[in-house]
Amino acid sequence: MPAYLELSQIGKSFSRGAATTEVLRDVSLDIAKGEYISIIGHSGCGKSTLLNIVAGLTPVTTGGVILDGKEVNAPGPDRAVVFQNHSLLPWLTVYDNVRLAVDKVFSGTRSRAERHDWTIHNLDLVQMGHARDKRPSEVSGGMKQRVGIARALAMEPKVLLLDEPFGALDALTRAHLQDSVMQIHASLGNTILMITHDVDEAVLLSDRIVMMTNGPSARIGEVLEVNLPRPRKRLELVTNATYLKAREAVLKFLHERHRYVEAA
Amino acid sequence: MSVTALKEPPKEARRSGSAAVVRLAAPTTPARPSRWPGYAKSVAVSVLPPLVMVLLLGLLWELLCSGPGATLPPPSRIWADSKDLILDPFFVAGPQDIGLGWRVLVSLQRVAVGFGLAAVVGILVGAVIGQSVWAMRGLDPIFQVLRTVPPLAWLPIALAAFRDSNPSAIFVIFITAIWPVIINTAVGIRNIPQDYRNVALVLRLNPIEFFWKIMLPSAAPYIFTGLRIGIGLSWLAIVAAEMLTGGVGIGFFIWDAWNSSRLPDIIVALVYIGVVGFVLDRLVAGVGSFVTRGTQAS
Ligand SMILES: Nc1ncnc2c1ncn2[C@@H]1O[C@H](COP(=O)(O)OP(=O)(O)OP(=O)(O)O)[C@@H](O)[C@H]1O
Ligand SMILES: [Mg+2]
Repeated sequence: MPAYLELSQIGKSFSRGAATTEVLRDVSLDIAKGEYISIIGHSGCGKSTLLNIVAGLTPVTTGGVILDGKEVNAPGPDRAVVFQNHSLLPWLTVYDNVRLAVDKVFSGTRSRAERHDWTIHNLDLVQMGHARDKRPSEVSGGMKQRVGIARALAMEPKVLLLDEPFGALDALTRAHLQDSVMQIHASLGNTILMITHDVDEAVLLSDRIVMMTNGPSARIGEVLEVNLPRPRKRLELVTNATYLKAREAVLKFLHERHRYVEAA
Repeated sequence: MSVTALKEPPKEARRSGSAAVVRLAAPTTPARPSRWPGYAKSVAVSVLPPLVMVLLLGLLWELLCSGPGATLPPPSRIWADSKDLILDPFFVAGPQDIGLGWRVLVSLQRVAVGFGLAAVVGILVGAVIGQSVWAMRGLDPIFQVLRTVPPLAWLPIALAAFRDSNPSAIFVIFITAIWPVIINTAVGIRNIPQDYRNVALVLRLNPIEFFWKIMLPSAAPYIFTGLRIGIGLSWLAIVAAEMLTGGVGIGFFIWDAWNSSRLPDIIVALVYIGVVGFVLDRLVAGVGSFVTRGTQAS
């Protein structure tokens, strides 16, 4: 099966003046359509950089990204991003934040009424229909993050890019949103690339977990397949042998072989 | 790293061995005052002190200027001489003899045109400059210098260029008000968070959409700061410019009154100018806080 999203030998260096730091080296990954991939690694290893490269927000130094047979090197709505800090526009209501994306992507193809319905539909998908006239400052952190997800979903992207989407949330809200994302993934079959710090989250949600080595010059250290049937239920998994094994493998990778070393 | 020594456990914890139920004090319902006196009080608090001060200062003025050698008229004489100006701002007694309200309106009209132009051009130029690091570096020092040129210094140049007094006055307002608008807009644009830019990039907003949907709202607090400074400067400039260009504005009225030694009229006009300037400032500030309400990132 040909890869739907292909990261091909991606390298990235940042240079300021004469000093150059290599953040990523030779990162290659083939992702199939509908796959859920998590990227896990220690802070500062270059996960966000990699995601921004796929999004087209950061140019590569070497290599490239191929989506659905075409090279991509500029941002676009086919790769919707849920940012680490939600990035809603504070002067727009929840509805208008999503509507802006819907209007931009579907202005030529759908009528005004259809776009309205589609906006509402996506807000309902993340259970935010009730707060659609509120401004971002008036809703909680978890709700903001859900609106960010709704905005991304509403673009009907080929790939959904999530940068620690639940990072800033408490455990309960996080679990709730993870379930929502699993449901959405099950019903829509999106291709998802998600960054996370959380081992349980990675194992619960992903088909494959990409573990990155520490920077500088981070590479893909290991890729772990999570062969758990879907739909997955978090409570049942607690004692599942496959789950525990996968969890252990990731923890071992992070804490034994690639322990976090404070940059000297 | 500092280690905080463990303090003695708090009293309550120590006593917790002997469990005693502590009854919470019954909530005392405060006598709830009706809304109206509260409102009246807040009005009184903000209106009364300045009123008292004005009365006191007026009294002082009266005392100081009532002596035989006083060069300026006391309030009582202003009232006696210029009662018609104070009581009826909108009389029309002849082509040059009209109420101060009319004169203020004429001046405001000029300010509206000059300041309106300055606002539109200033925001557009500021947006362009704020987008480009090099334009900012190159132009900012020039603007900082031009900004300090007093309004009236532009007048001869304007008169030479336009050969007419009305466009010259408008130009002076424009050129006075535009710098703070440009500079503040540019700073506001530079401070648009990268997050919002990323959203715009992912959505592929075109430059016009980006301007309306991201730039203006994001920079609005800065823009309104610039506009507020600008309207203040405009009002300063119009009075000065009208003194030199003539016409029926409030500025020329002062000049005219001075030439015919009507000091009380001048003082009444000063009060008009002050009050109108204050209202203009509040107006722009009010519009600003209305437009930018709730838009601060949380
Ligand atoms: N614009 C930039 N200029 C220079 N260096 C950068 C830039 N962006 C990122 N870096 C560097 O690249 C490295 C990786 O950053 P990145 O944000 O991708 O880390 P991360 O894995 O997402 O970390 P975290 O988990 O904390 O979000 C860091 O060392 C950072 O200092
Ligand atoms: Mg990151």
